[in-house]
Amino acid sequence: MALSQTSAAPVASETRLVSTLTTAFVTLTVMAAGLAASVAVAVAGYVLIDFVFPDSKLLDAALVMVLGVAACFGYFWASNKLLDTLYPASGAHVAANLTKANAVRPWLFLGPAVIVVGLYLAYPVVNSIWLSFHGPSGETWAGTSNYEWLARDGGFRESVRNNILWLIVVPAATTFFGLIAAALTDRIAWGNIAKSLIFMPMAISFVGASVIWKFIYDYRPAGSEQIGLLNAIVTGLGGDPQAWITVPFWNNFFLMVVLIWIQTGFAMVILSAALRGIPEETIEAAVIDGASPFQIFYKIKVPQIWATIAVVWTTITILVLKVFDIVLAMTNGQWGTQVLANYMFDWMFRGLDFGRASTIALVIMLMVAPIMAWNIYETKKGTK
Amino acid sequence: MSGVLMKNIRKSYGATEVIHGIDLEIESGEFVVFVGPSGCGKSTLLRMIAGLESISDGDMYIGAERVNDIPPSQRGIAMVFQSYALYPHMSVFDNMAFGMRIAKRPREEIDRRVKEAAEILRLTPYLDRLPKALSGGQRQRVAIGRAIVRNPKVFLFDEPLSNLDAALRVATRIEIAKLKESMPNSTMIYVTHDQVEAMTLADRIVVLSAGRIEQVGAPIELYERPANLFVAQFIGSPAMNVQRAKIEKTGESTTINLGKRKADLPIPSPGQLAGADVHLGVRPEDLTIASNGGGLMDGRVNIVESLGEVTNVYLDVENAPQPIVVKLPGVQRFARGEIVSVAAQPSKMHLFNENGRSLLYL
Amino acid sequence: MNTVVGTRPALTWAVHIAVFVLVAIWTIPTLGILISSFRDKDQIVTSGWWTALAPAERNIVARAAPPSEAVEENGRWVLRGNVFGEASGSVSAFGISIQRPTEFAPGVTAETRDGETVAVGENGDYIITYPEQPEGERGQRLFVTTLEPPKFTTENYETVLFSEGIGQSFINTLTVTIPATVIPILIAAYAAYALAWMEFPGRALLLATIVGLIVVPLQMALIPLLRLYNDIGVGKSFIGIWLAHTGFGLPLAIYLLRNYMAGLPREILESARVDGASDFEIFRKIILPLSFPALASFAIFQFLWVWNDLLVATVFLGNNEEQLVMTGRLRELLGSRGGNWEILSASAFVAIIVPIVVFFALQRYLVRGLLAGSVKGG
Ligand SMILES: Nc1ncnc2c1ncn2[C@@H]1O[C@H](COP(=O)(O)OP(=O)(O)OP(=O)(O)O)[C@@H](O)[C@H]1O
Ligand SMILES: [Mg+2]
Repeated sequence: MALSQTSAAPVASETRLVSTLTTAFVTLTVMAAGLAASVAVAVAGYVLIDFVFPDSKLLDAALVMVLGVAACFGYFWASNKLLDTLYPASGAHVAANLTKANAVRPWLFLGPAVIVVGLYLAYPVVNSIWLSFHGPSGETWAGTSNYEWLARDGGFRESVRNNILWLIVVPAATTFFGLIAAALTDRIAWGNIAKSLIFMPMAISFVGASVIWKFIYDYRPAGSEQIGLLNAIVTGLGGDPQAWITVPFWNNFFLMVVLIWIQTGFAMVILSAALRGIPEETIEAAVIDGASPFQIFYKIKVPQIWATIAVVWTTITILVLKVFDIVLAMTNGQWGTQVLANYMFDWMFRGLDFGRASTIALVIMLMVAPIMAWNIYETKKGTK
Repeated sequence: MSGVLMKNIRKSYGATEVIHGIDLEIESGEFVVFVGPSGCGKSTLLRMIAGLESISDGDMYIGAERVNDIPPSQRGIAMVFQSYALYPHMSVFDNMAFGMRIAKRPREEIDRRVKEAAEILRLTPYLDRLPKALSGGQRQRVAIGRAIVRNPKVFLFDEPLSNLDAALRVATRIEIAKLKESMPNSTMIYVTHDQVEAMTLADRIVVLSAGRIEQVGAPIELYERPANLFVAQFIGSPAMNVQRAKIEKTGESTTINLGKRKADLPIPSPGQLAGADVHLGVRPEDLTIASNGGGLMDGRVNIVESLGEVTNVYLDVENAPQPIVVKLPGVQRFARGEIVSVAAQPSKMHLFNENGRSLLYL
Repeated sequence: MNTVVGTRPALTWAVHIAVFVLVAIWTIPTLGILISSFRDKDQIVTSGWWTALAPAERNIVARAAPPSEAVEENGRWVLRGNVFGEASGSVSAFGISIQRPTEFAPGVTAETRDGETVAVGENGDYIITYPEQPEGERGQRLFVTTLEPPKFTTENYETVLFSEGIGQSFINTLTVTIPATVIPILIAAYAAYALAWMEFPGRALLLATIVGLIVVPLQMALIPLLRLYNDIGVGKSFIGIWLAHTGFGLPLAIYLLRNYMAGLPREILESARVDGASDFEIFRKIILPLSFPALASFAIFQFLWVWNDLLVATVFLGNNEEQLVMTGRLRELLGSRGGNWEILSASAFVAIIVPIVVFFALQRYLVRGLLAGSVKGG
């Protein structure tokens, strides 16, 4: 609540400073106390139960979970109770107490979020930039040598080439299939069931999907029975079986299929909502004007959901830039399928060069940031 | 002892001031209605009384206590919102009990008070229902019940009936009137757009416009003796007719010249107004059809609205800034374009100076 | 839309067929893994899963009894036996050379160059006759094509759950996922409430900053955090990964929840304030229950995301038996057991069944969440 203006300006600014400092101090103290209390209780609980039931693996896991979550709840409860005790909402100084408590409480609510986000997202950005100018272990200054290395590196070039391929193919194909699926399923009675089934791969991990598709691509030498569906079809049509994921260049597309398969459901759901949001009148007007269903779709509906298509497209683009699991699981970057995210991972864990890995990470962020910013902007505009 | 006193209350959002210094004293036990056009600051003022909006300047007292810095829950007020603001996930009982539960009152007391309030508002059969299973009128009664349970010194209503249909609005209005009767000691402040609500419920009406008070008074007083053109036109439906005129004679009574006709009004006027331009105001219901040529003004019939119980005739009259409306009882027939003459009793006429101030209040 | 008069039936049929084809393409891969995971491990590698219900054709190489056991009958030396040994089966073809394993139909008597005859009956009984008394301990090789009835089994699941470590990984994944879902929601909900409804200096700036951090790619955070973890000694622990998932999930969670909470009717909160509730009470008693749809949709997101995550788990948890999660285990199996489809398919299915169940049960909320903010960046 805003305080009423006082006329004596210097005094007011001084008291404001004092009260700000007091607020900050109380906030930090209460936060720390709340955190300490809840963690202490959680640790004590762990020690106690661990002492009573030593070495039971399952119980241990459950216990760690429950206590971890409880400590988090505990923090909010304890810090707020503490604040209420410190500034009770009764007695002689109700108004003053409430004002003070109201100045502190938002920070109690926000504290954990600010700390965690700062530590896990803001700090890494700064640190990565710093690391990218340093040697493998991050200790020696390396100037711009990591960037120079990157410019000349063949693996990096291959990754960029493949990433660009992914960036062109996957968002386009996903949006296309999503749009088709949305348009078609909206027209039939069992559309919702169909939607669920097309949407389902969203729930499957990239690794799980990789296993599923590797099975489809499975290769047996010619003459023996093919157990991979794709080769079975190819041989059934009289062709020769192929080890699909090792065919240079084209194998990239076989990996992309996995991501397209996973993400089409997402595109479909969003686009279907957008399609249903189109005012009926515009379609009815087109019907009366004699447009065919295809014309209605391409000339009336698609233009009206253009903004949503753009959002879907960019969302998938961002995902593509970070795609990692599929390549790691299917080929681990062999046979010319390397991508940036996996390449960075390679340098981090196999190359053990934090400097180079950070540099690659920065490249990924620089590619993601503008698309993401635009995406949020577009979404915001759409929801307003 | 628990009235509300406002001294030079102001409210600014950033640089824009929306309430420009309100001075108002509301007696304990009074039913006061705020009316005014949309955006004039009624809700803002009410919310400042409630403590939901901070007060930029001035002093607000409830009872003897200055409440500027007191939080809403400790001001001894209860508020009923236009949108009901029921907690959708709680039953009717829990909705009404919420405040007392927060205050950690004993169970029996909560039970008793909620049951009492439910009894008054005939909500007992619905206590276990969720708000979504109630009709609009029932929801509004729950909202009122929630206020009653708090046992406040001051009730605040912000357009509580405007989401109800016409019939329900009348019924609930009567209910609120009864409620007030049964609680003669509680002060009630009520915001509305609806004149009928204002006229029927209020002990006193406060007419607001653009963040200022235009007039405060009993309903009939505002109707019969509006302080200015704004109040005159705001109270009454259809709005009061206004016609330009010139003062010919001042003194105990005033003679005005309407161009073709003259009229002598029993309104005193000071001498310096002689020859001044004024506005003559006559309510549509005070106008009658005069035998040809004998009236105050002549006009050409433009539109006729037949409502059954009354007929509103819109006349185009020379010099009048707006069509002159005549409200006649029963069903009456007029031909479009017909010239009619209208008359009024001098005692029912109002005079306003150039600035719109009533001559009665000069 | 589809009620317009005069819609052409042919088009309607085309739509039905097109949707059917789409659905088939999108479900068949999963179906393949599901069916395979229940098949006998020998059948998986000899025939495609789509033939699972048909009797499986299988080539086996049987070795007849040693020639020395032949007995004389009517002037020829005869050897009898059954290609299946103790088991039983049905022979669809047999051969006596590896080049032509299916040369003869069952019951036909085949003759070799050196005057031997071989006959294999449908039930697997074979008769080999030699013109002279044969010698040697090495029996004749018989190439037999059999038709085995389809075999379904849960053995694969028993194997992966109890001896391939998937069971332990399952528990690990749960231990990671549940807190990594609950903690960010809780923290985000409080923060979102503060950002939506509480007044404090710098509110707009803080909101913009937090939402802006959605752009940080997860990969970028890995190295700095790993170094930090090692420096402060958190190392590879569950707490470490919970907090990591919390950090990565928070911006989106705050963004979604704040948008939702800001849309709740102001009067309800004011009503509660008039009723004397503090912000803490308003949050717990009004906001949390009313935000359930948004909380649920984010919870599902986060759950799926964490459950399916490989990257964060690989980095922040160890690769040892104690800490390996499902996705990590699956990847490891893909490397080490790349051809053992009975293990892979069953493991994959164990790994995806939980998210799929969650998905189908709570799809409604997931869709709502997607529509509220289609910006999952990770
Ligand atoms: N948060 C705000 N920021 C800026 N201006 C505001 C804010 N809230 C209200 N106003 C302005 O204050 C004025 C008074 O608003 P208020 O809601 O009190 O009007 P009202 O008389 O209740 O109108 P209605 O009859 O439509 O409810 C309006 O002009 C409005 O635009
Ligand atoms: Mg209002």
